Amino acid sequence: MKLRLLTGLKSLYLAAYFLIMVFPLYWIVITSLKPKKEIFSLPIQYWPEKLTLENYANIFKVSKFHVYIGNSLLISVIAALIVICIATLSGYVMARFQFRGHKQIMMAFFMTQMLPGFISLAPLYLLMSDMNLINNRLSLVLTYTVMLIPFSTIMLRGFFQRIPSSLEEAAMIDGCSRLTALIRVIIPVMLPGIASTFIFAFVQNWNELFMAVMFIDDESLKTLPVAMNSFVMKFDVDWGSMSAGTVLSVIPTVVLFAFAQRYIVEGLTQGAEKG
Amino acid sequence: MSKERRYILLSLLPALALLLVFTFYPFLQGVVMAFQNYVLFDLTNVKFIGFQNFETAFRDAKFLSALENSAYWVFFSLVLQFLVGLSLALTLRKNFRGRGVYQGFVFYSWALSGFLIGLIWKWMFNSQIGVINDLLMRTGLIDTRIGFLSDPKWAMTSVIIANVWYGIAFFAIMLLAALQSVPADLYEAAEMDGAGGLRKFFSVTFPYILPTVIATTLLRAIWIFNDPSIIYGLTNGGPAGTTHILSSLMLEKIIYGGDYGMAAAIGVIMIIILMLYTVFYLFSTRSEKAGDF
Repeated sequence: MKLRLLTGLKSLYLAAYFLIMVFPLYWIVITSLKPKKEIFSLPIQYWPEKLTLENYANIFKVSKFHVYIGNSLLISVIAALIVICIATLSGYVMARFQFRGHKQIMMAFFMTQMLPGFISLAPLYLLMSDMNLINNRLSLVLTYTVMLIPFSTIMLRGFFQRIPSSLEEAAMIDGCSRLTALIRVIIPVMLPGIASTFIFAFVQNWNELFMAVMFIDDESLKTLPVAMNSFVMKFDVDWGSMSAGTVLSVIPTVVLFAFAQRYIVEGLTQGAEKG
Repeated sequence: MSKERRYILLSLLPALALLLVFTFYPFLQGVVMAFQNYVLFDLTNVKFIGFQNFETAFRDAKFLSALENSAYWVFFSLVLQFLVGLSLALTLRKNFRGRGVYQGFVFYSWALSGFLIGLIWKWMFNSQIGVINDLLMRTGLIDTRIGFLSDPKWAMTSVIIANVWYGIAFFAIMLLAALQSVPADLYEAAEMDGAGGLRKFFSVTFPYILPTVIATTLLRAIWIFNDPSIIYGLTNGGPAGTTHILSSLMLEKIIYGGDYGMAAAIGVIMIIILMLYTVFYLFSTRSEKAGDF
């Protein structure tokens, strides 16, 4: 009896939390599907009388929304790919070797995660303008890549540590170089870890706002967050368009995360435990 | 140089070189800027001015209120995120059918940007047609609409609510992972000693996950302190600067004010606070743990 009561309470708790977490997402989706008139009329409709895609049509009409999506995709994917290449090399070395400076490098990587990053925002802006990269998507590819190197290295290191080194040693006895062994033998085993690190990096890039606001203001180069940022000023009261834009910005990351969640969690907790 | 050393060096080179140029160098430059008059619209007049930016900051009411808000922001966000996260992790600990799917539904907030979460909550908190006011009115909890974001009495509470919503998942995930690594034989031993549920939690579970608790609360406090994005999306510091924390004020100085020197000074103050906090936190948690033995 006591046990059943406890289970009942637990289910109730989980249900309440479920509602609290899912409702905001539901609400922004529902708002984006309401006709404009209904959004601003009281009483509030929790299920719209008529579903419409007019808000979505509107944002593509009044802005270059497809261009923003394209820019975000391009920058996020390329930066995440570069990060994976760089962090695979560094993560592997940090997992397999002990050498002088190992501890300091690890410390430096952790430090970058704790310092208030925006202190470097202005100097980075000056650096980018010295390199003539303002209003150039390369500036974002570059900064996003660098921003994610420490975290991705820590995460991949955790995955590497779980793979026995006998695996590549065997391949090296067969005559492979270390790099070939890494690419041919280790990486195939590591694919889930690499994929989740990639997704993590992609999501971070996709969401990044402040660097992008600083470096880009050319309409045809804007990323989604920058576009949403200017929407806030432009359509402050047009919550239909705002919601549609938010939904389109949010959906890809939510879907990706749902897929990769288990691996990302493994990677994070591994990295944290062994760091 | 041995072959192995060369391999290590070459593998680390891209990561370290990029970090040096695009992270550490700008960071040091930022620290230097804190002691300079560095205003974007007055670049001919860049010069060292000692501690003047710091003096100006501590005389500015907006900065002082941001300093105070940062303390509330971190404390309440952290405590609430942790308590709800821990209770969730404990509830989700035993496997049940559909647990994976459930986690997919409730932990997604991790994948969103703070800025967009700010926008979503801004819409829900709307004082005229916001759904939260509507729900509270319908259930009879209030009879006049609350200006969650426009009323200075409410604004800070509202941004903290959104932030708690955002960060619960972090704790739940990390603590769940830690809970699942507690060896079962520890419980068996405790049961043989006749320990009940609560005793088991305090004598077995909690001590075992304590290192994770210390690490996650420390890290999370730092991230909450550093992250201005929810506030930026939700209120942008308003009304009248009442919801600014240090990081959002710093951001405002950069993006809207172009006052890089002042922003950097705020950044340096933040670093000092973080260092003091980290040392204090590690020291106090360690001494407490040592007290258990």
